[in-house]
Amino acid sequence: MSANDTAKARDVSYDVLVSAHQPENVSLRGYVIGFIASIILTLSAYLLTRHGGMSKGVLVVLLSGLAFSQFIVQLIYFLHIGKEFAPRLKLMMLAFMLTVVIILVGGSLWIMNNLSHRMNMPSVQQMTNYMKSQDNL
Amino acid sequence: MSGAAYFASFWLGKLSLKALPPSAIQWFGASLMILVPLGIALLLSVTHRWKWLYHEWLTTLDPKKIGVMYIIVALAMLLRGGADVALIKTQQALSAGSNAGILSASHFQQIVTAHGTIMIFFVAMGLMFGLINLLVPLQIGARDVAFPFLNATSFWLFFGGMVLVNISLILGDFAATGWLAYPPLSELHFSPTVGVDYWIWSLEIAGIGSLLAAINFLVTILKMRVKGMNFMKMPMFVWSVLGSMLLVAFAFPILTVTLTLLALDRDIGTHFFTATGGGNMMMYVNLIWAWGHPEVYILILPAFGVFSEVVSTFARKRLFGYPSMVWAIAAIVLLSFIVWLHHFFTMGAGSDVNAFFGIMTMVIAVPTGVKIFNWLFTLYRGRIRMASPLLWFIGFVVIFTIGGMAGVLMAVPPVDFQLHNSLFLVAHFHMMIVGGVVFADFAAITYWFPKIFGFKLNEKLGRLAFWLWLIGFLLSFVPLYILGFMGATRRLNHYSASLGWQQLFIVSAVGAAIIGMAVGVQILQFAVSIYQRKANRDKTGDPWDGRSLEWSTPSPVPFYSFAKTPQVSTRDAFWEAKKQKQTSTPQPYEDIVLTKNSPLALVIAGGALIFAFAVVWHIWWLAIVGLLIVIATIILRSMDEHTEYILSASEVERLDRAYLKAGGLSK
Amino acid sequence: MSELPNAADAVEVLTRHKNYSNLTRTAKLIAKHDADTRTIFGFWVYLMTDCVLFASLFAVFAVLHNNTYGGPTGAMLFSLPYVLAETLILLSSSFTCGLAVLSAQQRHKKRVLLWLGVTFLLGASFLGLEVNEFNKFVRMGDSWRRSGFLSSYFTLVGTHGLHITIGLLWMAVMIGFVFRRGITDLVLKRIRMLSLFWHFLDVVWIFIFTIVYLFGAIKL
Repeated sequence: MSANDTAKARDVSYDVLVSAHQPENVSLRGYVIGFIASIILTLSAYLLTRHGGMSKGVLVVLLSGLAFSQFIVQLIYFLHIGKEFAPRLKLMMLAFMLTVVIILVGGSLWIMNNLSHRMNMPSVQQMTNYMKSQDNL
Repeated sequence: MSGAAYFASFWLGKLSLKALPPSAIQWFGASLMILVPLGIALLLSVTHRWKWLYHEWLTTLDPKKIGVMYIIVALAMLLRGGADVALIKTQQALSAGSNAGILSASHFQQIVTAHGTIMIFFVAMGLMFGLINLLVPLQIGARDVAFPFLNATSFWLFFGGMVLVNISLILGDFAATGWLAYPPLSELHFSPTVGVDYWIWSLEIAGIGSLLAAINFLVTILKMRVKGMNFMKMPMFVWSVLGSMLLVAFAFPILTVTLTLLALDRDIGTHFFTATGGGNMMMYVNLIWAWGHPEVYILILPAFGVFSEVVSTFARKRLFGYPSMVWAIAAIVLLSFIVWLHHFFTMGAGSDVNAFFGIMTMVIAVPTGVKIFNWLFTLYRGRIRMASPLLWFIGFVVIFTIGGMAGVLMAVPPVDFQLHNSLFLVAHFHMMIVGGVVFADFAAITYWFPKIFGFKLNEKLGRLAFWLWLIGFLLSFVPLYILGFMGATRRLNHYSASLGWQQLFIVSAVGAAIIGMAVGVQILQFAVSIYQRKANRDKTGDPWDGRSLEWSTPSPVPFYSFAKTPQVSTRDAFWEAKKQKQTSTPQPYEDIVLTKNSPLALVIAGGALIFAFAVVWHIWWLAIVGLLIVIATIILRSMDEHTEYILSASEVERLDRAYLKAGGLSK
Repeated sequence: MSELPNAADAVEVLTRHKNYSNLTRTAKLIAKHDADTRTIFGFWVYLMTDCVLFASLFAVFAVLHNNTYGGPTGAMLFSLPYVLAETLILLSSSFTCGLAVLSAQQRHKKRVLLWLGVTFLLGASFLGLEVNEFNKFVRMGDSWRRSGFLSSYFTLVGTHGLHITIGLLWMAVMIGFVFRRGITDLVLKRIRMLSLFWHFLDVVWIFIFTIVYLFGAIKL
């Protein structure tokens, strides 16, 4: 292949490249959808907490679900994850990060709660009462 | 407070004349730390080399030069950490019964802490990042890393951390807490001096440097491989670095947080790890090992990569079980995040927790075993040349396997209850890190030295150094296994004579002395090799009959690395090209885009060092100055849009011909 | 080795030869485009590492949140309407930051300046509200020294605030940059990265809002 041919091949491949990378460009529609969905999810979480009147366990599950949904919404509409072409390196990085985070946070909580359970550490109320008795508050 | 005292505390913080060293041995260390840099400065002035140093080294953004600087700093720190060993071993050999030895208890603990900190962060990490800088771009056919300026910043931050550790020899003291500084001992109440602060801030800036370097090399490997090199065609060293850098990127933020929280406890009175106020000191241990266990694999994975290259080259055979090697790395990367609790089985967690982490620890031995067998099968029926890099490999297999078996033993929680904090553990992890990482680094230095400097190292002295290292190492650490069984704990500065430990400690000290001789031989090896460099000149660019792309360049590698973009269609690309006698299809020379030098990376790290030093001593105005230097320099750099220059095709051609002529290389 | 050419020589040679290019324009563009996607991907990797940093702080908060040591709990301290206002302001700033990227894509300098300016003001008011809240707690005697819970609260939320501060500084520099040099490719790339950073901080805030404030309010 002569130098000229190489250059021509590159000209063509650049066009392909530019069209292939159009998804990098973002649209107003996506931002508006993301913004409205986030507001709705935030307000629902807030209203549920203040006026929901359900048991703590249910509330925690609901709030976690709402937070997770908003996380997904913002990932898609604000951070544009999933729009890249293979190999989806950004997505892989995100997946590995989430794995590490789940291991780290989940593992730490498991370990530390197990420890405090076995060490018979006092509850908040017991600790408060103890502190008050010591300080004559 | 009087006016003068207020004035002094504003300008100097906690710094005063009392910070100067108290004992003769410490004065000796301090004067060395002053005299060595002064001596280097004098040498540079006498030989008029300042300009050369500035243009060729201090401002360089070339990963090959940055790699060399990493390795020089790491080897210098190996000597510093080795000097610590000499003191530790002398103390332990002497201090039985009524003999108190040569060191005070506090000084002994500071030395042990400094030894661990320096060897892990500034020797093992330095050697690793040095090799990565030298080799990764070359092996993937790239002329540079993804972010050259960031790369230089990473190096200088590493350098800044190193400087801060060594300043502690002159001003103030160092942490006397062990290399991971567990609270509550490391809290202000129990360690009121600046020692722990030095430890925190030197690791903080070196750690941020490592994190930035990891991001850089992840992008380099994932995005800058030469066309045709897909993932399953990458050299094994590149795979191992990819695994290691993933671990750095996702484990080092945990270290940054942990150190910061400890610093907040000490400096502004928070209660994260304090014994009172609602702190939880076991959370520190939990977090530091959530970083610390991946860290072990961060160091060992590139070592595995080095041995994969060395073994297949010196067996003249392609690496056995390449896909299983890749999967083993992937498994290690993931599993290394799920074993951290085995460092604190004795904390008091329940049997469910202990059993889970014990089993995971045993599981991680499986992929490691897979790798060992793959190397042995690569050697099997290979056409073996017993050059010194392969000797290091054989020594590694023996020591690493013994050490690894000891590790699996300690993965059983009830056994660990007996051996926790004993010298058995110390013997185990030294066998992994010295036998694994350091031996690999020595093999790598011998193997790639001609590629970087253009001449081989003296083989006879290299072999002698290896045998001295092997004998000295076994003599030094096998007794520690026995002592550990007998109940000797780590960081022990004095023991009762009636325990009968002294003979074993003396044997161990003799072993350390033999390692000292080995290091002496290595220094001699460098000196002799440089002296005889004309005779040992590598004119072919491929002195070992290598397999990967770096051997296709002339030695020493030109600053632009590849005159023409290399062509890759198979694994072991260069080896296959040689086998098919395929003289590369005539390709035109092309313009090459390169990055200009910049002194700003050095300035950023300098600002970070000033900031860290000022925080250690609570000199707040200086801390703000340091921080402003960092911010202003980053903004200044971002304004510069002309950071690159183009080397024209005709110029590349002229330089390439000059290189080929000088090297006697014909293509 | 002295007879071999070095980098300094090469730069010198360059100044002598002005006519060096044998690359086509498009080939250069490809190289530049590759470099740009590399930078944005690298920034993404950095954000992932920053997530681990926040995750560590969340883990600390989760472990220490009951250690009030006789001090106030979250339920006693936090005012949810106040935090809701903070949240909505930050969310709006995330939206306007996206509009700045859209305008930059269309090379519309004035609109970029407008939206970056609006984002900056929203971000600054968020930060102001946060500092005000901290200040209130400290004046009531409930500073980070009070208990393990408060230490972890101040550090987690404060680290987010520190990131916001860095983002604002970056935004200020970018506004100056756009003002002086217009919308070049480099500026577009940097605005994309800045918006990634800003959206990422909003994502982190979702979890702070839920875990620290809402869970805190229901006395978990």
